[in-house]
Amino acid sequence: MALVLNEEQRLLQDSASDFFTNQMPISDLRILRDEKNSDGFSRTHWQEMVEMGWAGTNISEQYGGLDFGYSGLGLIMEQAGRTLAASPLFASCALGASALSLMGSDSQKSELLPQLASGEMLLALAIEEGASHGPEQTQTTAKAVGDQLIINGQKTFVLDGHIADQLIVVTRTAGSPGDENGLTAFLLSPKTNGITITRTFMADGRNASTVDFDSVEVSAGSALGSIGGAMETLQDVLSIGQILISAEIFGSLQQSFERTVDYIKQREQFDTILGSKQALQHRAAQMFTQIELCKSLVLSALSDLDNGLSGEALAKVASITKAKLSTVFLHISSEGVQMHGGIGMTDDEEIGFFLKRARTAEHILGDVRYHENRCADLMGL
Amino acid sequence: MANLDEFRRETRAWLEENCPDSVRNNPIAAEESQFTKKNRSGESLLWLERMADKGWTAPTWPTQYGGGGLSAEKNRVLGEEMAAIKAPIPLSGMCLTMIGPTLLELGTAEQKERHLPPIVAGDMHWCQGYSEPNAGSDLANLQTKAEGRGDHFLVNGSKIWTSGAMYADWMFCLVRTDFEVIPKQKGITFVLFPMTDPGVTLQPIRLISGASPFCQVFFDDVKADKNDMIGNMNEGWTVGKRLLQYERSSIGSGGSDRFGFSFTLAEKAKEYRGNKDGQIDDPLLRHQIAKHEIDNYAFKLTTQRMLEEVESGLAPGFATSTMKYFGSELVKEKTELMVSIMGPQALGWEDPDNFNEDEQKVTNNWLFSKALSIAGGCSEVQLDIISKRILELPTS
Repeated sequence: MALVLNEEQRLLQDSASDFFTNQMPISDLRILRDEKNSDGFSRTHWQEMVEMGWAGTNISEQYGGLDFGYSGLGLIMEQAGRTLAASPLFASCALGASALSLMGSDSQKSELLPQLASGEMLLALAIEEGASHGPEQTQTTAKAVGDQLIINGQKTFVLDGHIADQLIVVTRTAGSPGDENGLTAFLLSPKTNGITITRTFMADGRNASTVDFDSVEVSAGSALGSIGGAMETLQDVLSIGQILISAEIFGSLQQSFERTVDYIKQREQFDTILGSKQALQHRAAQMFTQIELCKSLVLSALSDLDNGLSGEALAKVASITKAKLSTVFLHISSEGVQMHGGIGMTDDEEIGFFLKRARTAEHILGDVRYHENRCADLMGL
Repeated sequence: MANLDEFRRETRAWLEENCPDSVRNNPIAAEESQFTKKNRSGESLLWLERMADKGWTAPTWPTQYGGGGLSAEKNRVLGEEMAAIKAPIPLSGMCLTMIGPTLLELGTAEQKERHLPPIVAGDMHWCQGYSEPNAGSDLANLQTKAEGRGDHFLVNGSKIWTSGAMYADWMFCLVRTDFEVIPKQKGITFVLFPMTDPGVTLQPIRLISGASPFCQVFFDDVKADKNDMIGNMNEGWTVGKRLLQYERSSIGSGGSDRFGFSFTLAEKAKEYRGNKDGQIDDPLLRHQIAKHEIDNYAFKLTTQRMLEEVESGLAPGFATSTMKYFGSELVKEKTELMVSIMGPQALGWEDPDNFNEDEQKVTNNWLFSKALSIAGGCSEVQLDIISKRILELPTS
C-alpha cells in the first residue's frame, strides 16, 4: 500500500465502516461494561466478523485466511476504533495470528492458523509484568526439570486473557531480567494445572486479566520458536502489534475529534455558536494538523509491514508511530472533554469513553515514554 | 517499476558525467541556485546550463515549455540520485515554486509560451508583489492601484517584504482595480511586469538576522501589459490564493531538514553537550530531540502523501495550510534546539574570528526561521483557514 488507498482497500474500509457504525456502536460497549458481561465482547458480532473473513485478514490463504495483509487488518481496526468496538481483533488476529505466523513451526501453523481464521480459537499474548513494557525485563521463569519446563511468575494486563482458548506466554529460560537472550514463548492451554486467570475490569470497558503461573508444567514441544531465542522474532510480532493498535487508535482519535468539532458547531453560549471562538478554532485546527500527521504515519507503517520490513528498522517505525498516535489521542480526547464542558464530564455523553480508551490504549505494548526512549536509541541519539 | 529502475540507472550515469566535481557537496554552489545565468559563472553556470538543457531545472513541467516532463515518481528518483552525490539544486526560487505552477494551471497558452521557457533556461527570476505596509496578514486590504490605459495598466503604490527583488527580472503582483467594491477581494487583479521598468525603485530592509533579503518596492506609473493579466479583471484574488497554496506547499516541504544545515541535532548535541558511548549525555535534551525527529519523520511522510495525492489527480488544496503551519513551526523548533545546544557559541555577532561557520549559520538560521511562520500567510492565518475552510467552523 502506498500512502493513498486503492479501490479494493477503499471498499474494505467502507464495509468495515458500515459494520461497526451500524452493528457495534459505542452503546454496545456501554452495555458490556454495565452488565459486567462475562465475555466482555459479543460472540454474535464476532461470528459476523468471522463470516466476512476478518479473523483471517492477515493469515495466508494456505491456512484459510484472506491474505489481505496488515494494511487490510489495519483498515478494519481503524474502523473498529471509531466505535471503540470490543472484539478479539487485536489480541487474536493482530497479535495471535502474527505470533503464530512469525514464530510457529509448520505443524503449529497448519494446526492453529486455520482455527484462528475460522474464529474457532481465540488467543491472548501474556507478556507484560509491570507498569513498564519491555520484553527483555521478563521475570517469569521457565526452568528445565527433566523433559519438562516449569513456569512460575505473573503476567498482567493480558488482553482477552480470560476468554482465550490458548495463551502465548513469554518466559525467561536463561539469563536475568534485562538480558535480550534467554527468552522463550510457550503456547499452552489456559486450563493447564497451576494457571489462575483473574479478569481485571478496566476503565475503558475492554478486556484484560492477570495470569498467575504456579509451577505450571509445559513440554519443550509447546515452545513457539526456539528455546532461549525468542527475542528477535518476538520483537517483530510486537512491532506489528504496536502498528496495528496505532491503526485502531487512529480511528478512535478521529472520531473523538469529529464529535468535538460537531459539538462546538451546535453549542450556543454567550449568544453565539461556541465554535466561532478563535480560542477554540485554533486548538481544533492544531488537532486537525496532528491528525494529518497521524494518518501518514499509520498508512506508511502498514505499508512497511506489507513490504516485509523487519528488525530494528521496523521497530523504529513502530515506536515512532505508537508514540505519536498515543500522544495525539491523549491530547485530542482530553480536549474533547474540555470542549464539551460540563456535559463532557457525564457518563451519558460518550466523549468520556474516548478519554478512558486513550489512556488504556497507550499502555498496550509500550507507553509514550517507552516508545520515545526507544526512538532515541534506534535513531542513534 | 522496471521502468523506474532503468530511469534510475540512466539518471545516475548522466549525473555522474555531467555534475562537475566542484559543485558537489559545496554549500556555496548550493546557495547560487537562487541566481540566474547572468549572475553565475564557471562550473556553477555549467551545471545550470546542463540541467536546463535536460529540462531538469523544472523536472515535472511539460517538455513543450522546456521542462523535463517527469512523473512525480521519476522526479523523486532524480532527487534521490542528486542527493546521493550531493549535487546542488541547479535553480531555485519562486519562478519555479510559485509563478510557474500558477501559469501552468491558470495562464493562457500564449502566456505559458512566453514566460515558462525563460524560467526553465535559468534566464528569468521572479519576485512576488503581495504584502504592503498595511496589507500583511490581511492581504485583501491591498491598496496598490492599477488604472487601465488602453493596452496596459499604470501601477502606483508600494509592496513590502519582497524577497529577492534585487535579483528579480519580473514581478507577479496583486493590484487594486476597484476601490469601491465590497467585499474588497473582488477588486483585485493579478498582473505581471518587468522590474526594469523605470518606475520601479527598491529599498533594502535589514532584518534581525543582519541580512537584507527583502526590499520595499515603490511603483511610480509602472506599465503592466494587459496581455500579462492572469485570470480576468477583478478576479485576481482567486489566482493569488491559488499561488499562495503553491507557495505554502513549497515553504512547508522538506521538513526541518531542508533548512540548510549540513549537520544534525544529534551530532551537535554530542559535540557540544557531551556523549557517553555515543549517546547524548543530557537525557532531557535527548528526549527533546527524539520528539522533534518523530514529528519531522511524520511531517516528511505527510508531504510525500500529499505528493502522491496530487499524482492521483488532486492539486494542492487546503491541506497545504496544515503543512505550511506545521512545517514552519517545526523548522523554528529545530533552530531553537540548535541554538540551545551550542550555548553562547551560537550567539556571536559578525565575528568570524571567534565563531566557526556552523555556529554563524545557526545564529543566522535561528533568526531567519522566525520569518517562516510570518511569511506566506502567518501561522495564525493558516489556523484560521483550517478552521473555516476545512473544519467549517462558523465566523463570529
